[in-house]
Amino acid sequence: MSYLDNILFAILLIAGFGFFASSVKKIIRNIKLGVDVDRKDNPKARWANMALIALGQSKMVKRPVAGVLHIVVYVGFIIINIELLEIIIDGLFGTHRIFAPYLGVVYDVLIASFEILAILVIFAVTVFWIRRNGIRLKRFIHSDLKGFPKSDANYILYFETVLMILFLLMNASDLHLQNVPGGVFHKAGTFPVSQFIAPIFNGLSNELVVLLFEIFWWVHIVGILVFMNYLYFSKHLHILLAFPNTYFADLNSKGKFDNLESVTKEVKLMMDPNADPFAAAPVDENAAPGKFGASDVQDLNWVQLLNAYTCTECGRCTSACPANQTGKKLSPRKIMMDTRDRLQEVGKNIDTNKGVFVPDNKTLLNDYITPEELWACTSCNACVEECPVNISPLSIIMDMRRYLVMEQSAAPMSLNAMMTNIENNGAPWQYSQQDRLNWKNEN
Amino acid sequence: MSESLVVPTMAEMLAEGKQPEVLFWVGCAGSFDDRAKKITKAFVRILNRTNVSFAVLGTEESCTGDPAKRAGNEFLFQMQAMMNIEVLNAYEAKKIVTACPHCFNTLKNEYPELGGQYDVIHHTEFLKSLIDEGRLTVEGGQFKGKKITFHDPCYLGRANKVYEAPRDLIQKLDVELVEMKRSKANGLCCGAGGAQMFKDAEPGNKEVNVLRTEDALEVQPDIIAAGCPFCNTMLTDGIKHQEKEGQVKVMDIAELIANAQDF
Ligand code: SF4
Ligand code: SF4
Repeated sequence: MSYLDNILFAILLIAGFGFFASSVKKIIRNIKLGVDVDRKDNPKARWANMALIALGQSKMVKRPVAGVLHIVVYVGFIIINIELLEIIIDGLFGTHRIFAPYLGVVYDVLIASFEILAILVIFAVTVFWIRRNGIRLKRFIHSDLKGFPKSDANYILYFETVLMILFLLMNASDLHLQNVPGGVFHKAGTFPVSQFIAPIFNGLSNELVVLLFEIFWWVHIVGILVFMNYLYFSKHLHILLAFPNTYFADLNSKGKFDNLESVTKEVKLMMDPNADPFAAAPVDENAAPGKFGASDVQDLNWVQLLNAYTCTECGRCTSACPANQTGKKLSPRKIMMDTRDRLQEVGKNIDTNKGVFVPDNKTLLNDYITPEELWACTSCNACVEECPVNISPLSIIMDMRRYLVMEQSAAPMSLNAMMTNIENNGAPWQYSQQDRLNWKNEN
Repeated sequence: MSESLVVPTMAEMLAEGKQPEVLFWVGCAGSFDDRAKKITKAFVRILNRTNVSFAVLGTEESCTGDPAKRAGNEFLFQMQAMMNIEVLNAYEAKKIVTACPHCFNTLKNEYPELGGQYDVIHHTEFLKSLIDEGRLTVEGGQFKGKKITFHDPCYLGRANKVYEAPRDLIQKLDVELVEMKRSKANGLCCGAGGAQMFKDAEPGNKEVNVLRTEDALEVQPDIIAAGCPFCNTMLTDGIKHQEKEGQVKVMDIAELIANAQDF
């Protein structure tokens, strides 16, 4: 290879990683638009969660077919990336299979296992494609996935297939060139899969096969860089974010809903018999303008926003949701997708307005998520239980209900009646507190 | 059946200078709902028979605030919580037992941050501990050989991971315990949680309780066991909807245990 190649390669690499870094920066900035919440406690349990759920994929295998195939693609992805290191060094320095002489037999084993994984990945991806497009599993043909989300899922499957095929073709042409009389390439690696592909190069001139090899090699690496930069636009961001997301996930019992500190302060003041009822509320210099609950993404906390970027749109939550199964409009997956879409929109707004958000007369509530969806939730936690990456759609639903009730007094009538009863009688029904023990003497 | 119940209140206990072993938190459903009152009484019957020293708050008890919190009214919830905590702390309550998973969850998980630290247990866990300690013996009685399925209440199961105590109790009755296709962590909600009990459902093509009742009927049980007054109501309505009242009963585990010995 001439120097031109090396320089071109370096430029490509820098551009690829540069773009990627700028997307990552944007994601972090957007996530930080959220309200602060402390998730630094108990690092031991957090690491364990991450190891088990993100790395170990323990929740994936609850649905065995998808789970096992997913593990294949995931392991394939990680391991084949080791190969990437060699590709990068070879590309930068014009070497060829630089690790081979140093690793010896280990190198053979590595290349062989990459090849086997590559073929397994192609198999798994094919099954995934059939599940999405052939047998049309309900959660994949759901209305949440109309348009881009549906193509997004397929693009990734095509991408992965093409990358794996290129990898195998690259190896096959390499092997052919190792074995031609005189050996154009030095002998390195064992090729359990591509040895069966290599014969297609028989009869071609060595120059042509070298050219083909280079084409495969370049398209493969460019493909990887494109794939990496596509992540930002795709639900496939989860391959990175699943790790922080499981680390920062809520560790409490699922039934424990968070306590609103700001409310606690006010209630304590109200209940304090010594407080002067006419005194002005104490002014807290640092207090954010009081807003209860969430009507837009900036009112959510950063973990909820991280959740939105991490959602893989698998729909396991929605398929377990009792409201969704009974035909109600609520879909926890849609709650997550809407949150992400709105967050991206707010992020773009900030980008085009030089770093400040200019109100656009839109909010997550109403423009994306309707009260009808929010009120259909039974808070059963099935969605939280199902999510393979520990996302809680329920926490967003609850924060938005809080906004509806505490800021807008917009609860359904019957709930208002229930709350009035609690206020007046200490029970959700219209019975007097004095009658609480009547059951004792009834028959 | 008409044994008279002894139900001391915390105030009475205090007047006698006594502290009960447990405070029985009855809950709004258990106090006012006609169906749930039967569960309350069944549980008290067991407590009386086993001579457990307990007391209720009686007229000093108030809503835990669970439905208010799930509806999004954090203000109302915290006011209820703080009032209740004041009462509970005044009586120096330590151990609380309740037959309502919603009260259980709120008292256990959401009161501590507001100053209410108690050892809170669901009545199925409490009954199980009575058996383990040899204070309560259970025999199948009239339920022997019956086919029973257990519906996991969301706020007991998924929310707090109590799956085994209710099942252990059912098994003590010499019955055939059959699991629905969705159970334990995968259980389906009865449709009452998150304050849904107090409002009409959003438009859809079915009610959640009907769907859940179908799950239960699929295993053809004689009895659907529940551990929550709200689940009980929802499933009973579901059975009525399917016109199966003649064949299938919905019963709380406390009722199963209390009634096993009656005839
Ligand atoms: S918590 Fe709400 S959104 Fe989640 S599964 Fe239950 S009903 Fe659906
Ligand atoms: S929230 Fe979780 S379960 Fe639901 S679609 Fe997203 S990743 Fe899947």
